[in-house]
Parts: sequence; structure tokens; C-alpha cells
Amino acid sequence: MSLSILAIDDSRTMRNLLSAALGRAGYEVALAEDGAEGLERFAQTDPDVVITDINMPNLDGFGFIEGARALTRNRVVPILVLTTESAPELRARARAAGATGWIVKPFDDEKLVWAIERVAPTGQTA
Amino acid sequence: MSGGTDEFRASFFEECEDLLEAMHDGFGLMQNGDGDDETIHVIFRAVHSVKGGAGAFGLDDLVGFAHHFETALDMVRAGKAQPDPDLLSLFQQCGDHLSDLVSAARDEATIDASDSASLTARLDEVIGANGAGDEGVSDAAENFEPMSLDLDAMFDIADPSKPTATGHQISFVAEPELFTSGNEPALLFRALERFGQAEVVANSDDVPPLSALDPTTAFMSWDIRIDTDAAEDVLRDVFDFVSDCAQIEFKPLYADRQADLISSLGFGPGVPEMAPEEVTAASEEGAPAEDVLALSDETDVHDHDPTSPAEPTRSQADAHAQTEKSTPKTPMPQTIRVDFERVDKLINLVGELVIKEAMLSQSVASLDLATGSDVLLELESLKQLAGEIQEGVMSIRAQPIKPLFQRMARTIRDASSMTGKRVKLVMKGETAEVDKTVLERLVDPLTHMVRNAVDHGLEDRETRLAAGKPAEGTVTLSAAHRSGRVVIEISDDGGGIDRDRVRQIAESKGLISPDAVLTPSEVDGLLFRPGFSSKEEVSELSGRGVGLDVAKSEIVALGGRLTIQSEPGKGSVFSISLPLTLAVLEGMVVDVAGQTMVVPITAIHETLQPATAKIHTIGSGGHVLSIRDTLVPIADLGAIFGFRDPPAELDDHVLLIIETETERRCALIVDALQDQRQVVIKSLETNYTSIDGVAAATILGDGRIALIVDPEGVAGGIAPAPGSVDETLSHQNSGGDFVTA
Repeated sequence: MSLSILAIDDSRTMRNLLSAALGRAGYEVALAEDGAEGLERFAQTDPDVVITDINMPNLDGFGFIEGARALTRNRVVPILVLTTESAPELRARARAAGATGWIVKPFDDEKLVWAIERVAPTGQTA
Repeated sequence: MSGGTDEFRASFFEECEDLLEAMHDGFGLMQNGDGDDETIHVIFRAVHSVKGGAGAFGLDDLVGFAHHFETALDMVRAGKAQPDPDLLSLFQQCGDHLSDLVSAARDEATIDASDSASLTARLDEVIGANGAGDEGVSDAAENFEPMSLDLDAMFDIADPSKPTATGHQISFVAEPELFTSGNEPALLFRALERFGQAEVVANSDDVPPLSALDPTTAFMSWDIRIDTDAAEDVLRDVFDFVSDCAQIEFKPLYADRQADLISSLGFGPGVPEMAPEEVTAASEEGAPAEDVLALSDETDVHDHDPTSPAEPTRSQADAHAQTEKSTPKTPMPQTIRVDFERVDKLINLVGELVIKEAMLSQSVASLDLATGSDVLLELESLKQLAGEIQEGVMSIRAQPIKPLFQRMARTIRDASSMTGKRVKLVMKGETAEVDKTVLERLVDPLTHMVRNAVDHGLEDRETRLAAGKPAEGTVTLSAAHRSGRVVIEISDDGGGIDRDRVRQIAESKGLISPDAVLTPSEVDGLLFRPGFSSKEEVSELSGRGVGLDVAKSEIVALGGRLTIQSEPGKGSVFSISLPLTLAVLEGMVVDVAGQTMVVPITAIHETLQPATAKIHTIGSGGHVLSIRDTLVPIADLGAIFGFRDPPAELDDHVLLIIETETERRCALIVDALQDQRQVVIKSLETNYTSIDGVAAATILGDGRIALIVDPEGVAGGIAPAPGSVDETLSHQNSGGDFVTA
């Protein structure tokens, strides 16, 4: 049983990279192009983990997290924020919105898996 | 290690094109005052996405510049800087430079670092002047320090300066936010096991009795002992996500003490495992005095939320409705991205279909069926269908001309700053679509012509004002579809072509004899003659690289025609007329020595009946044609390809006057003209091999292969007519006159 992951990014390149890296790691991947579509997919796919970009049209990453957290669910789904900055202020804002953790771009397979491993049961120990 | 493969690299650069287009569009809107609140956000996101993608592919120059750029953009986005014309102009230059950096990265070329440096410095002035020092600036304006995770260090042996520590004792106290943000201590503890064997003890000492328990402040704590070589900061990284919602303390463990501790606490092999559910449950209910948690592979704590007691039903419909209500979405055209090869294959197949259809028609015609018979009617509708499919498939390769025009906007900005002339660009019909390959190959000629329009077409400010024109010159780029071709016009409202001057230059360069009588359009045509480029007029701008002659031959190579209209005092219009696709060619189908061949229409200037033409026989039995006071060599197309000896008598033949950009005019003897039609181009190089004088092949309706003549190759092999004076003019209207496309 592999983890299902919803990745939200408005950049096609990023979605490609995420999808490939997550696929290589053996996860099931669903993609969305912005926060609004992300919320739709979130409701439809019921992912184990969400990875979301911050700067996006229609609904940004903060908006997505708030929207996702506002949904009544029987568990808190881990949401990892994809960011090019690791500024404390940004983290605080993501955390305030309800983000679980963050992945600083550029990322590689290791880094993604390492972030996911810390927020979801991946069934593998190092 | 980068996650980017070549495939994704290509798609990144494709995406960059879209992003840069959106960025340039945004600047265009802002410049015209048509922007709204969203415009700057769109621009910011475009630059931000370029940066993000560039980071993934290790394109450091691009990342560095994009970062400064987006930081400055963010000042505007946050309302801390006003996008006045100066700033907008700087942004546009930066946008151009960003495009350059993207191109350089794509082509793996290097780019002058001083441009980046000077623009970066100017951006930093903007950033500095608008209080980037504030603590509360939004994310992008923060210092860009990617907190990269050093995986090598993670698995490295510990710092030798602390040789004695063999592990760490970690005390971990969770605050409620840890749980509400979706974190789960058990997972973090398990992640710790990457670095060594960990023993975890859940501790309830700090948990007040149930009666006094405030569920919102309930603290849960753990003690972890880990046997590892890894340094403290490496282990702290495991807790990176919870560093703000847990109190974490590290103490080094030493070999002997560790053993003591473990034994004194009763740890060791064989300690019964406890499911993590019980631990997390304990966080709600108040844990038993001391729980031992050994992390096992089977742990699955995830579906259990420690903070919110089971909420068994979750209505998907509710969630969905809420989503739709809260996020109105602008409709976007649905697109798919398809490998170019597949499209080309399809285009080829459709070409085959059209040929088969023609063959079928020919077979049916030989049956002499009665007019109105079902077969003929059905065949006719099949023909129409095939035609529509062909059109539809061709349109897949078609792309809007807008990005090309946008590139020209940039060329004009550059030209404008170099010449000091103020120029306004007007674009019309930029949604017209042209074959992708045609678009790509148009970049150079169009760039040259646009530069030429600014540099030579537009007058300087004083001259314009004196002529009663606005100080700012206008260059108009327009595109429109006309009878199966696309016509692109570059027009300026400058002084028009100074024909006396052009003539003077052409004479001084020996391109024409001083007594040649030329019509105004023939004089204009001199601009396209190789070697015309005027030394007197060489400027840094138009003098760079190619001349108009090269621009013209590139357009002709695309099956295009280039014409000029110019009116003194009013300006000039350069028109490029292009076929919509490269897969089909308009050709004259001719008979030569029993063979059927195709000559591209664009190269045929006119056709002549030898009986009515002035033909002179020269010494060796060859012929020359006298036309408009020039002598044109005559060659037999059949002889050129070795089908026969040149015919001695020409009267029952036809002459094609061939005119190309690089070769002198010549006349080709063919036996008869069959038809003028569109033929599907089949590459000889890919299917057979390249042959001199043959451009490609096609398949005719009767299934036979016909070679398509390469006019340049053929004309190049013909000796000049003895005694002919090379003063033929480049007629810019070649091939256009009698074509009824």
C-alpha cells in the first residue's frame, strides 16, 4: 500500500519534477495546478500527504492550507510547503496557516522522501 | 544531485517561454496603464516560477538574477515601490535580460556577466531604497538562503572534535500546535533511526491529573536516546518541522554512561513493543506513568488524529461545494502537450491519404462513370474530408505569431535605446497562426528588418518634428491570413526610402551601371542585393551581422516572398508573404523528357513560349534568351539531370525563367506545363539520399514519384550566358504575378 500524495504547483516544470520524483519513490501522485484546483483534488483524492507551492494564481498555498484545514476530516493531513526560501517569517506564516513542514527548492528525490518520511508513515526505515 | 532529467529540462524551457510571455504581456499592460492589481502578481509569479525551475536544474546565474528581480517586483507587489515609468523601464530591461539568461541556459551558452551585475545593482537600489530592511517583508524579499539539506553530512561520521560522544539524549516536549499542524512525534522518532538505534520513552510526568487537564495546553513529552555518530545539528534537522512547536533539548551521551543509563532504566533487547496508537491516545487521555515505544516497521499511526476525536463521516459533497463556492476559477482552454514527432508523423500520414485519394480519383476517372453516379459523389465527399483532415492536422503545428512579435518589441526597445529614437510599437493580428518551424526561422530576418525600420526607416527627432510628425516614431507589426498564406508587414512612419541615395550607393558599388533605367520599385529592390549594405550607413545596429539580402533569402527559403512599398515622407512597408506550412509546396508540374518534375512556383519568374521570345544561338550550339535588354542563359532541365541531350530546336518546348536570391537568372527548357498545384513534400534525404539540384520529392495522383527541382542548385550549375552583363535586378515580386493560388 503506497502513500498517495497530492502535489500542487502552478509551474508545469515543478509538477513534472514532483510527479517523477514521487513516482520513483513509489508514491501515488495526484497533481493540481493551483490552490483552487488543489482543494478540489484534495476532496476527491483524499491524499495521505499534500505538497503545495506558495505563489500560485487563483488561490495561493496559504489559502489552500487554510481551506484544507477548514474541511472537517477525521485526521489532520500533513501538508508540506514547497518554497524557494527558508525565511523564518515565511515558515511562521505557513505554520500559522496550518502547514506541517516545508521542502526548500531545489529539491531532489532524497530530500522529498526525507520530508515525507517525517510526516507520514512510509513503511520504510532507514 | 539534481532531480532534473533532459526531458524535464526541455519542458522547463518550454514553460519559460510561456512564463516570459506572461511577464512581457504584464509589463505591456502596465506600460499602457491597462494593468490591474493582478498584473504585478502575474509578473511576480512568472519570474518566481522561472527561478524555481532554474533552481531545479542548477542554473545558478538564472536563479541569482531572478531572485533580485522578483525581490524588486515584490516591492511593487507589496505596495512599497511605485511602478513609475523609470522603474517599469528597468523592469522591462530586466525582463529582457531574464529572457537572455533563459536562452543562454537553454543553449548552454555563456552570457556577459556584467549585464547581470549592472542590472542587479540597479534592482538592489530599488530594493534598498524602499526599505527592504524591514523585518516584516513578505517571503520573496527575505534573504535567499536555500536551507539545503546536506545529506552527505547527514551520513558522515561525527565531527572528530567530539570523538567521545556516541549518541544523544533528547528530551522532546510537544506543544498542541505540533498536532494541529499535522505533525506526529512517532514519525519523527522513527526518522531519527536513520542515524542510529533509538530508544523512545513516553513520559507523562508533566501531564497533570485528568481533572486539571486543559486539553488545549496538554504537553506530552518523550525522552529519546539515540546511539549515533551523527552530530547534534544533523539530528536537529529531523525536528526542523516542529522546532517552533516543541521544546527539544540535546545532551551528548558517552559510551560508558549510555550503557549505564540504558541498563538503569531497564532498556535493552526484548522490551515489549507497544503500538504507537496507544502512545498517541495517551496524549489525549493522560498517559500511563511510563510507556515504552519502540518504533517498528508496522507502525501506522497516521490515520489517527490525536487532537480531534474521531469524526467518522466526512461529506465529500460538502467539501466540494465549499471549494467551488470559495474559489471562482477563470476558465482556461484545455490543452495537451504532444511530442512533435507524433504530429509530424500524422502530417505525413495525412499527406499519404491525400495522395491515395488523388490516385483513387484517377482510377475512378478511367472507369468513365456517368456523371452523378454514387461512386463519384462519395468520392467527392471523401476528397473534401481528406482536405479538411489535412487542414486540421496542419493547424496543430500552427502557433500564434504573438511570441515572435513580443521578441520584436524587445528588439525595438534595444534599437530605440541605441539610436536614441523614441519608438512606439503597434501590433496587429498577433493571434494569426503560423507553422512553428516557419515562426522559428522568421526570428532572424524579422529582427533584422525591425532594426532596419528603426535605424534607417525612422528619422531622428528633429527631422520628424520639422516634418510635422510626432517626435515618437511608430513601427507597426501586423499579421494576417490572405488566400492560404500569412502576410506579415513591418511598417514605419519614417521618411521612406531615399531612392536617389540607394541608387547612388548601388552605382558606387558596381551593382548597377550608371545609365541603367530603374523603376522606383526596382530601386527599392536594390536594398536586397547582396553587397548593397552601405558602408557609409553602417551603424552598430543594422550593420551588425546580416544584410537585408540574407533576410530575404531566408524568407525565400521558407517559400516566402518579400516586397517593399515606400512613400517618401510617409514611411515604408516591408511585406512578407509566407506559406502556412512547410509540408506542402506550391509547384508547377512539368514534363521533361518523359519525366514529371515539379518546380517551386516561388522560383519561377515567368514562363515563355520560345517561339515568341528573342533567342540567340551562340557558338557552341547553346542558346541565350534576350529579355528586357539582358541576356539570360538557357539550359535544358532534361540535360541537367542526364535524361537527354539538349534539344536543338526549342519551338515546341516551354521556357521557365528561374530567379533565385543567390544565383543569376536563367531559363530552363521543359517540354510542357501540366498543372500548377500544391504537392506534399517528401524528403529525399531521409528516404534516400541528397541529390544536387533536387530539393525533395512528391507523389503524384497516379502514384508516381516526381522530383521537386531545387532552383538554386540548378541555376548555380549553369554557366553564365557569354557576354551577358550582370545587371539583372532582383525583382522583389518574383513568382507572384501569374500565380493563381
